[in-house]
Amino acid sequence: MKLNGEKIVKYGLITVAFSALASLLLIAGFILKEGLPFMLKVGVRDFLLASDWDPQAGKFGIYPMIVASLYVAFGAMLIGAPLGVAGAIFLNEFVPKPVMRVVKPTIELLAGIPSVVFGFLGVMVLAPFIRQNMGGPGLSVLAAAVILGIMVLPTVISISSDAIGAVPNSYREGALALGATRWQSVYMVTIKAAWSGIIASIILAMGRALGETMAVIMVAGNTVKIPHSVTDPVRTLTANIALEMANATGMAREALFATGVVLFVVIMILNGIALSTIKTKVRRK
Amino acid sequence: MRISPKIAQVLAVFLLGASTLLTLAILVFIIVFVLSKGLPGVNFEFLFSSPKDMGRAGGIFPTLVGTVLLPLMALALAVPLGVGTAVYLTEYTRETRFTRILRFGTDCLAGIPSIIFGLFGFIFFVVTLKMGWCLLSGGLTLAIMVLPTIIRTSEEATRAVPNSYREVSFSLGATRWETVLKVVLPNALPGIVTGVMLGIGRCIGETAVVIFTAGSSLRMPTSAFDSVRTMSVHFYILAREGISNEKAYATAAVLVISVLLVNLAAYGMMHHFIAKRSK
Amino acid sequence: MFRQFKSLCCASLAGGLVLAAGCGNSREGITMAGSTAFQPFAEKLAEQYMITHPELSITVQGGGSSLGIKSCLSGVAQIGVADLIELPVEAAALLSIVAARDGIAVVLNPANKVAAMTLEQVKDVFTGKIQNWNQVGGEDHAVAVISREAGSGTRSSFEQIIGGVKLTSDALIQDSNGTIRETVANDPNAIGYISHGLVNEKIKSVTVDGYSCTEAEIMAGNYKLVRPIFLMAKKDASPACKAFLEYVLCAEAQELIHQNGLIKVK
Repeated sequence: MKLNGEKIVKYGLITVAFSALASLLLIAGFILKEGLPFMLKVGVRDFLLASDWDPQAGKFGIYPMIVASLYVAFGAMLIGAPLGVAGAIFLNEFVPKPVMRVVKPTIELLAGIPSVVFGFLGVMVLAPFIRQNMGGPGLSVLAAAVILGIMVLPTVISISSDAIGAVPNSYREGALALGATRWQSVYMVTIKAAWSGIIASIILAMGRALGETMAVIMVAGNTVKIPHSVTDPVRTLTANIALEMANATGMAREALFATGVVLFVVIMILNGIALSTIKTKVRRK
Repeated sequence: MRISPKIAQVLAVFLLGASTLLTLAILVFIIVFVLSKGLPGVNFEFLFSSPKDMGRAGGIFPTLVGTVLLPLMALALAVPLGVGTAVYLTEYTRETRFTRILRFGTDCLAGIPSIIFGLFGFIFFVVTLKMGWCLLSGGLTLAIMVLPTIIRTSEEATRAVPNSYREVSFSLGATRWETVLKVVLPNALPGIVTGVMLGIGRCIGETAVVIFTAGSSLRMPTSAFDSVRTMSVHFYILAREGISNEKAYATAAVLVISVLLVNLAAYGMMHHFIAKRSK
Repeated sequence: MFRQFKSLCCASLAGGLVLAAGCGNSREGITMAGSTAFQPFAEKLAEQYMITHPELSITVQGGGSSLGIKSCLSGVAQIGVADLIELPVEAAALLSIVAARDGIAVVLNPANKVAAMTLEQVKDVFTGKIQNWNQVGGEDHAVAVISREAGSGTRSSFEQIIGGVKLTSDALIQDSNGTIRETVANDPNAIGYISHGLVNEKIKSVTVDGYSCTEAEIMAGNYKLVRPIFLMAKKDASPACKAFLEYVLCAEAQELIHQNGLIKVK
């Protein structure tokens, strides 16, 4: 009878996994259905590489926005990843457990603050600061990157911290027994063991950075131009979708869904790169 | 020039500690800023009365209710589906091309901008299925949105449980499902809870998706087919339309405190659970 | 503990189903959707109207003027709200009334010396022809132009009134009245436009062609930057719906609108 129960559970879980997959496919299908026809009509190259975005005049080039999204996301990761991973390592390895148990949930608190609050703070505090000290209008790549970097910190810290925490103590003890200092055991053993979890956190965080809309709209300036410095205003792909969607009809609306397709492809490429990095690291071992 | 390991350690601890302090400082600054501007406006009346005068006066009670119900509905769907999928991937299958594709797809979907989920939810649930702007549309859309995160973090968590635990369980005669339920999941709980926390955080913090699917009605919801407004949406509308910065900050303060309480409660529950088991 | 967790899950699922079943509302539901600028006012009107008509349940959504028109046409909303100068072609099939009028104030930072501009100058600043404040009597500094997004009723009204403008590609774009106000309040070189009811002490509005953006000047027809707020419904809308539309035009409702910062229709 127990074996029958096992079969039920197995099929139950298969159903669950498939329904999860089904809902994910639903979304993917939705975006592609709305956006792909447009891209085929206008031509992928013209869409991606043209710099003229003027829906009313029939121009749909999104190149400046692709550049903007990439700059802003990478800037955010430059800030969020090192700070986040460093924080995770410090909290897990160099801080007494009771302190960690209080600090970690507090940092995860950041994840619950709505993006609009971050955006608003960005408008009220960060943008004027940048404008006064670095020039430009304040609403810029830098403002967006900083705000996004802060926003992805909890994701990076939580997931990395869990990965590091899951490394069995025997690994650490082994290293210490061989005469390593704490730090040596961390970077030679623990981090390597937790590496896939750390990378997972950075990938998830980068995905979030690329997809963030509200906070970015409020602090990036939303000008459709390729930025020449970090203090120039930019419009990311997501901001473009949010700003134009309500008014878009016909071709303009399809163009915005096509932008969604582009985002999807960009994320797939990034994930692919990250995945192959893990594979080569694992193989080298 | 070789740095002695001891000095390297001091340097490392210093840098790591400084980074952590910086992160904490930023967090503290944000929380203090929001609370200092918002707490003065928060009192019992604010929490339990309805908004009056377009939100310039009165309280935020309906939005509190909305903020509780919406993530609850989303998680009621996303957690079983997500954890179940993760368990299936780690415990019931080998590493095949299918699992790799599923994982890859999940990662990609974690990156789709919330606005696309919002549009999808609007077109699919609100318009095509004629559900209108309501809790159900919002809950379903949010569930699909946080599903990838929960799958990924649960999978990492279950995968990290050492195989020796499973082997011991099998050698004692347990079935696979019993092992999962009594050995793997309890040990993976911290990671799963992290994923759920991040999911809750995302649900509470979302504005675009909620506005497009659950609407922004200020009335108290009486059924799953009523439109609701969450506190984030309320903050968004108050700040965006310039209605009342004080009330906006007060709403933000309540939001921050609620999230803190939810996190603390979840961690408390989890530690209680772990402590009980290790007796 | 797991048993408790499982029963908690079952309980919440059951609760959810009960909620779903409890949708037997005997009240008629009217959904209004559209202009975010008018949303707070619509809520106030709905609140007031439901006191005397408890058999109705009026919910107000935002989404913007274009969404308002589309929702009304597709039936998702019974009443659409749009703050445009004139309704687009597709709205011709709908019943529409003008519920209120709203002045658009051209706003500057209080530290900016400029206090008066002509309509022509406003147009030139927003098209990028004038790029420095010293060309209109201010300091020697580049102008930071801030505008609303493409779908905004405020923006299309503004651009239509000042003369079919093509916005300079250097303009910063913010997506709401409130954020434009904050941005202008924090940047001495910024210029933007918002609903006149939202001007507060952190920013100042300039006079256009000598007329300031006050209710008196708008009623007198002197201040030109004004746009109407339309409420629309399908021609075969329910009687309750049409009754609400009539209510919005009555004296009590108009007074309510007026007290909260918009301008009456008459």
